[in-house]
Amino acid sequence: MGFLQGIAASNGIAIAKAYKLVEPDFSFEKKTVAAPAEEVARFQSALQKSKLELEQIRDHAGTALGVDKAAIFDAHLLVLSDPELISPIEDKINTENVNAEHALKETADMFIGMFESMDNEYMKERAADIRDVTKRVLAHLLGIQIPNPSMIAEEVVIVAEDLTPSDTAQLNRQFVKGFTTNIGGRTSHSAIMARSMEIPAVVGTKAATEEIHNGDIVVVDGLKGEVHFNPTPEVLEVYKKTQEDFVKQKAEWAKLVNEKSVTADGHHVELAANIGTPKDLKGVVENGGEGIGLYRTEFLYMDRDQLPTEEEQFTAYKAVLEGMAGKPVVVRTLDIGGDKELPYLNLPKEMNPFLGFRAIRLCLEEQDIFRTQLRALLRASVHGNLKVMFPMIATLVEFREAKAMLEEEKAKLVNEGVQVADHIELGIMVEIPSTAVLADQFAKEVDFFSIGTNDLIQYTMAADRMNQQVSYLYQPYNPSILRLVKMVIDAAHKEGKWAGMCGEMAGDETAIPILLGLGLDEFSMSASSILKARSLIRNLNKSDMEKLASTVVNMSTTEEVVEAVNQALSL
Amino acid sequence: MVQKQFKVVAETGIHARPATMLVQAASKFDSEIHLEYKEKKVNLKSIMGVMSLGIGQGADVTIFAEGSDEQDALNTLEEALKKEGLAE
Repeated sequence: MGFLQGIAASNGIAIAKAYKLVEPDFSFEKKTVAAPAEEVARFQSALQKSKLELEQIRDHAGTALGVDKAAIFDAHLLVLSDPELISPIEDKINTENVNAEHALKETADMFIGMFESMDNEYMKERAADIRDVTKRVLAHLLGIQIPNPSMIAEEVVIVAEDLTPSDTAQLNRQFVKGFTTNIGGRTSHSAIMARSMEIPAVVGTKAATEEIHNGDIVVVDGLKGEVHFNPTPEVLEVYKKTQEDFVKQKAEWAKLVNEKSVTADGHHVELAANIGTPKDLKGVVENGGEGIGLYRTEFLYMDRDQLPTEEEQFTAYKAVLEGMAGKPVVVRTLDIGGDKELPYLNLPKEMNPFLGFRAIRLCLEEQDIFRTQLRALLRASVHGNLKVMFPMIATLVEFREAKAMLEEEKAKLVNEGVQVADHIELGIMVEIPSTAVLADQFAKEVDFFSIGTNDLIQYTMAADRMNQQVSYLYQPYNPSILRLVKMVIDAAHKEGKWAGMCGEMAGDETAIPILLGLGLDEFSMSASSILKARSLIRNLNKSDMEKLASTVVNMSTTEEVVEAVNQALSL
Repeated sequence: MVQKQFKVVAETGIHARPATMLVQAASKFDSEIHLEYKEKKVNLKSIMGVMSLGIGQGADVTIFAEGSDEQDALNTLEEALKKEGLAE
């Protein structure tokens, strides 16, 4: 039995067998072979097995992920039949009497080098394709297994170093019961995905891939951030009980699905959900979301090799607006850059991507991309209650430019005879301290604010949220952050506008009492957090929380604030 | 030997998906089939060869076929290029 402490990323308890998503060891030595003909036959056999495997993956991907994603595997299959790759390998084995592993690696490396040296990002990616398929053949030659997450057919807990967006896209929600990773924090991509998939997850365990073996029984405690592997029968019993209790607790919260989010003293707030794709709507409805507070459109642009068309975007936006049936839907325009890259845009590597050419900065420059998205949004606006917000706004001029482009596209569409909603609320994300400080000026021109706390905290504390060593500075309850939040809310209310929050903090049990007291109007969070938040809010008094809020903004440390909230809640 | 020149009209050029389709089509024939672009000639049955050319929109390319079913091969490839709106 063993135990690892990590960070609770998505609540709930998962108990299942470990499935490791880790890179196997592909090392081998160059050898001389006595019978090259047999070596060629061994190579052919590995090739055949790889093709069969790829065909299976392709067919499975076709049903699970759509024909588009499956097409990638057709290209991979062709690489394995490529005479320009296969013949030189066989020649090398025959003439140099070397082992198949060596002949394969040398030949593949030559092609990989050729594609990598090309001055084109698209070609460089083809090098990754070749690397990927030759690895599969190499694995068969060496008799090792490559993990195929898309082929999982029993209940498992995924154990990995980290999970990328494409890893998570391949996970089958039916069988993946939870996951645990070595790195990451509450706001890393893998954590956000876990919450949207509503599966328990513990990230940042540092050593999960080293300590846990394939097939080990793993308990992922997403409530406390603990991972137990091969637990004793006693521990397992306790967790089965906790799991049951959690399911019961969820059933209790579920009774609040159709209830209003009203405090004990009658103050109403809106509890909305953060989503990434139209697929997430189901969870929003099931959890009683009163709107969408953040629709992250960048997922439309990721995991593909070219930009999404206006039509593709229109279809997605329309689906979300119709799915919410008139409830507010706040769509954030493209927020790419930072930790979210799009290889096909060929953007230069930056020293400080989080401080670089990203989000609205990129959109104002690459106007074709931005205007296409704005047109798709405007066309979709007649299908529901659309609100648009721009990410990473640092100056009022940026907002004015973005707004002007939207107005221009609107005028063009109207001229073309296309129907567009009369009034679409336009807001901004407040995630840069300069904007929070100048919120009173912004409030005169925008229709609403949505505070993005993940970035606001990292920019205010000057602490990279991807860097574990400075993760102690990620302090949502630091009075400096709370004061900025207060400034933004007060500025909005002074101009008769509303203020929301779409960062992780909005769904946090310690933060909610303070935010309620500061007067936040809209709380947008992972759908799975909504009912718990509603249950909490219904037990609080707005007037008490106002007193709490005015006390904590005048405190000096995070610790004091947490202590004050705990005391206020236990009364 | 037969040969024919085409102009690539597809906006994205001949990238992964069309290249896959062309190589799949060419591989069905016994003839030796080659694709030439900017004086570089590659085996049209090789996906890596075709992709290494980096053919973009507006490119002039030539297909060569030599063997027992050369005419049939050239006709099939021409049809595929036009049907997919890749070249004319």
